Amino acid sequence: MAYVAVRGGQAAIEASIHRLGWQRARGLTVLGVVACREGLQALVDQVMSEASLYDEDTAALAIKQAEGSPEEAVFLLRAHRSTLARKYYSRAMGGESLRLERRISACFKDIPGGQILGSSRDYTHRLLNGALVEETLDDLERLVATFEETVDGIPLPSTDRLPKVTEYLRQEGLLARPVPDLSPPGDVTKQYLTFPARRSERLQTLTRGQTGAVSALGYASMRGYGSVHPTVSELRVGLMPVTVPDPLGGSDAGQDEDYYVGEIRVTEVESLIPVAVPRGPGVFDLRFDLGYGCCFGQNETKTIAMSILDQCLETPEEPYPTHDEEFVLSHIDAVETTGFLSHLKLPHYVTFQAKLDALRHQASREKP
Amino acid sequence: MNHTTHFAFFDEGSKREIRRAILKAVAIPGYQVPFASREMPIARGWGTGGLQLTLSLVGLNDTLKVIDQGADDSVNAVSIKALVGASTGIAMTDQTSQATLIQSRHRIPEVPLTENQILVLQVPMPEPLRPIEASEQVTKRLHAEKEYSGAYLSLFEDILRYGTMAAGADHPVMVEGRYVMAPSPIPRFDNPKLDKNPALILLGAGREKKIYAVPPYTQVKSLDFEDHPFRVEDFGGAHCSLCGTQGVFLDELYDPTTGRTWHQCNDTSFCGRNAP
Repeated sequence: MAYVAVRGGQAAIEASIHRLGWQRARGLTVLGVVACREGLQALVDQVMSEASLYDEDTAALAIKQAEGSPEEAVFLLRAHRSTLARKYYSRAMGGESLRLERRISACFKDIPGGQILGSSRDYTHRLLNGALVEETLDDLERLVATFEETVDGIPLPSTDRLPKVTEYLRQEGLLARPVPDLSPPGDVTKQYLTFPARRSERLQTLTRGQTGAVSALGYASMRGYGSVHPTVSELRVGLMPVTVPDPLGGSDAGQDEDYYVGEIRVTEVESLIPVAVPRGPGVFDLRFDLGYGCCFGQNETKTIAMSILDQCLETPEEPYPTHDEEFVLSHIDAVETTGFLSHLKLPHYVTFQAKLDALRHQASREKP
Repeated sequence: MNHTTHFAFFDEGSKREIRRAILKAVAIPGYQVPFASREMPIARGWGTGGLQLTLSLVGLNDTLKVIDQGADDSVNAVSIKALVGASTGIAMTDQTSQATLIQSRHRIPEVPLTENQILVLQVPMPEPLRPIEASEQVTKRLHAEKEYSGAYLSLFEDILRYGTMAAGADHPVMVEGRYVMAPSPIPRFDNPKLDKNPALILLGAGREKKIYAVPPYTQVKSLDFEDHPFRVEDFGGAHCSLCGTQGVFLDELYDPTTGRTWHQCNDTSFCGRNAP
């Protein structure tokens, strides 16, 4: 009796899914969704940004279900997101309206409103902290109490609506004042992205890009494949108020009738990139270009990379892949990238057989 | 937090949007119609294009068959059937002749299709010109201008280099004398079945966000040259070891005990019907 190709796939697949559940459970430790949200804030931020869905509780649930895999958590949120009705578009928002938690500039030491370090791991030494192994609730309470005691009574600088560093450069005439594009933005989640893309579509695609992919391309551009070395004019982290126009107010509803729907934490970066503009034969003017990045949550590396890539894609004449919008925008989406790579695990028996036939056909023709 | 279960997963607005793209695709055979591809609960690259077509078309009276590389119970087919079944409750079948809607990854069934059937093919790379031109902006223009010399040239180069048109599966076709189309990675064996097929054939690429169609009785011709005619896979007279059929697409298997190669119908439902 000949060997029979394996059938009964359905039972095997169900057993595999069953085993996946066991794998998550076998440590007999319940990971609470609240623990995910409070203890894994950086991952929550990364996942919300790549999923383009701002909801910390749902993101925490996705992270728990995905056992901490960012690509899987993003996948879960995106699939969930596509079942949600989108009822309103918010008003255009800008970084000027941020309630700041952190704000630094690499351009000037002294900026109006001051440098505000906020919370950042930038200033820590990356040494493993063994004390965390035995950490208790008491330890946390003590930490919180000590911090609150320290800040109590210290006059805090105003963190509301500080002017942008770029505003100072514009007043000096060192940075061109952009002409605002008041056309309604596209929506890459509802419409097929066509090339050349509009800037609104480029920024949307970049902000929901996979953190590693966006960072890698931004880095490549700085390292020589694009030769962009930006200076961070300003990096801001803070809470951005979101308002929607009165849905019953018609198209001419005034801003006073807007509804405030809450605030979201975002990271915003404005980068300055020096560029040489030819003025005549062999004569160049030096000019600053502005690159813009904005991401959900505290996602500083990705937002800096986004600001670099924004400027790259605004200058498509440069001969580098990082300036080619199809190359950049078509390859940074977490769900598309991981989906197509993982499909290689599917059976390819038929397609492979067809290739095999072509190979054998060639070999048989070459036989003397 | 519980999922609301709408019939066939999508809200009606999403289905209508996909159907509009389908209508346009039917009106322009072989032309790739962009659509706002939704993110699905299965991975991009795992048949989300075909799945969106199926979900937008399926009705209560439909009977669905899903095949993955010829098999009704392979991973992808099982997963898609489970998802459509859970959100519609419609009947499923393995038998090609009983299905009104057939979603397939990379095969056209051996049993001839009829006017009452729709075949949905899953497509990984919808752009037949992508191997010769990476830019979408450029390939769109090439299609608009019917500039297909590059497609022929790449087949010609294959012949020069390898002595044969080396394309394995996904051998490009000309649809109704107008658009060059990627038939999805079906084996060359299935390409002739596209020609003047009585069924409506729809092709969906979820990740690449394109829908295109071969309407019933459309002329579909595989690209070739007079002196190098298109050739389907050759099994050298081999037959299925289970049912004895010849002239169908065969899986090649290896028997580790005897060290011999043997064959079996790739279309498992077709083979099962003929098995003694």
